[in-house]
Amino acid sequence: MAEAPKAKPAAGRAGTKKELPDHFKAYKHVWVAIECEHGAVHPVSFELLCEGRKLADKRGVELAGVVMGGSEDAIAEAVAQTFEYGADVVYTVVDPVLTHYRNEPYTKAMTDLVNTYQPEILLLGATNLGRDLAGSVATTLLTGLTADCTELAIDDEGSLAATRPTFGGSLLCTIFTLNYRPQMATVRPRVMSMPERQEGKRGKVISHPLGMGEDDVVTKVLQFVADRETDKAQLPYADIVVAGGLGLRSAENFQLVKNLAAVLGAEYGGSRPLVQKGWISADRQIGQTGKTIRPKLYIAAGISGAIQHRVGVEGADLIVAINTDANAPIMDFANLAIIADAVQVLPALTEAFRKHLSVNRMAG
Amino acid sequence: MHIVVCVKQVPDSAQIRVHPVTNTIMRQGVPTIINPYDLFALEEALRLRDKFGGEVTVLTMGPPMAEDSLRKAMTFGADRAVLLTDRFFAGSDTLATSFALAEALKKIGTDFGEPSIVFTGKQTIDGDTAQVGPGIAKRLKLNQLTYVAKISDLDPDRETITVERRAEGGIQVLETRLPVLVTMLEGSNEIRRGSLEDALRAAKADVVKWSAADAGIEDLTKCGLRGSPTIVKKIFSPDPRSEKAHPIDTTDLSMDDIAQALMDELFQRQPELEGEFLRFAATQFGQEVGHG
Repeated sequence: MAEAPKAKPAAGRAGTKKELPDHFKAYKHVWVAIECEHGAVHPVSFELLCEGRKLADKRGVELAGVVMGGSEDAIAEAVAQTFEYGADVVYTVVDPVLTHYRNEPYTKAMTDLVNTYQPEILLLGATNLGRDLAGSVATTLLTGLTADCTELAIDDEGSLAATRPTFGGSLLCTIFTLNYRPQMATVRPRVMSMPERQEGKRGKVISHPLGMGEDDVVTKVLQFVADRETDKAQLPYADIVVAGGLGLRSAENFQLVKNLAAVLGAEYGGSRPLVQKGWISADRQIGQTGKTIRPKLYIAAGISGAIQHRVGVEGADLIVAINTDANAPIMDFANLAIIADAVQVLPALTEAFRKHLSVNRMAG
Repeated sequence: MHIVVCVKQVPDSAQIRVHPVTNTIMRQGVPTIINPYDLFALEEALRLRDKFGGEVTVLTMGPPMAEDSLRKAMTFGADRAVLLTDRFFAGSDTLATSFALAEALKKIGTDFGEPSIVFTGKQTIDGDTAQVGPGIAKRLKLNQLTYVAKISDLDPDRETITVERRAEGGIQVLETRLPVLVTMLEGSNEIRRGSLEDALRAAKADVVKWSAADAGIEDLTKCGLRGSPTIVKKIFSPDPRSEKAHPIDTTDLSMDDIAQALMDELFQRQPELEGEFLRFAATQFGQEVGHG
């Protein structure tokens, strides 16, 4: 501030050769924010522990989980699971103020922990909670944050290389935070795989006080209305997913996707244009700006497969593309293809499965 | 009541090119629109103004041509538009963006009245980060309400606001004090059709244009590329997989035969799928019986 900046904007590759200042060199270890609301840990936290384990091993440092909650009882299971899914250390902040997620106290708890114990990398789930918290924490710490990463790695110089789709998912970019710590990143549910659970594994727990009372928190939770299970699209964790795209040609034809899903016990969804056209609701959108899925089987009917869609489904074990265009981008990442009109294939496929399953059920 | 809506002008298509030397996005020649998520924020702001009185100011940071989006916002009914534009802002990441916007919001407060509510969309369609809103809230010490599906109550006298916030697995009903930063969820409302008067007014209106200096920003090292802790080192297209999808031979086959061929291929590649489908079919059968 005292220094008058040169009257010339930074341009080109300015900044890509940034050095880490000395006061950040002590920052060490990889942290994962464990998201636990209403007693249960969000699976994205375990997926992050899996990824964090790889980063920590590559750096030769410890992997830690951060668990925050309203009482020791409420977080006991989460702490145990954090160890069992790979953490060496668990930091806890326990205070009645943290019973429900609220931005203010959670931001304070996390930033205090970071300033006290100084991690080099901090990972959060790109859920509504994680995104709400990550932006506040990064701004408070004035450090870099890369949102919605699809790949995390350590480069040759030991920095976090965070890759994410950019510009509507048409390109990928790799982003670094070279002269601030911690290096922060969020990752969406189902982008990373689940680690093996090591039953009974435990480690060191470090507790830290919140240092804030209920009177200090302006925002109050008046009520929590849980979603009815039946209304929720369970796309991210579904084993079988059937989805449609513009190749279906009309909103009425989307029923064909639902019909096949009903026979297979699958969840159904669609590509982004279908949400924009109002054929399906936003919570059924599959892709970078919608839901990321990792099913055992993914059937994409009439979906061309833009990168924005691709990054949302690449984790599927088996991808079937039904499309009239043999050169559609989806053919680059699908395993099986039927080059035909989805509007004709879907009813035939639904019928074939229906027959096969009813015959074999009777036989069984 | 003064309400500010932060909007962003974004490319309307996926036809984005990357500058080969600077690795920055070449926006020239790509049609632009107001970030669609921001329209939910704008409509909510206009509704509150219509109900409680006051003014709606739209604010954007961007190149001079971002003025188009501000005028568009005025055709919907915004009262005032502020464009923050300066080459010093080029290359801003979310932290540098929230810094510049927060400084502009301070200046807006001084010049046009302190805002009770600052709105943003839940995220943009080009960056998709959802981080600038929380960044602004933190810098200006505004109470932060993200992913708001509904504003259920606003009491300007008591300076309180109650909202329904989309949380994981349910809706949080939150009450807090003004001033607040609200990021609006998609589908929470529908942008109005602007009136003819608004269209005429928007065409003639003066858009307030501020450089970094005009907005009172002294420390330019916090702006643009220089003020951005994140560094984009590489932009690239993903590699195509080495092998393309295996096409099922459909030559001379009827639709039924094609379906049969796909089903056979699926069960051959992943035999456990058949068991999974059968188990599901059995539960459906059970239900049918149960329901008589």
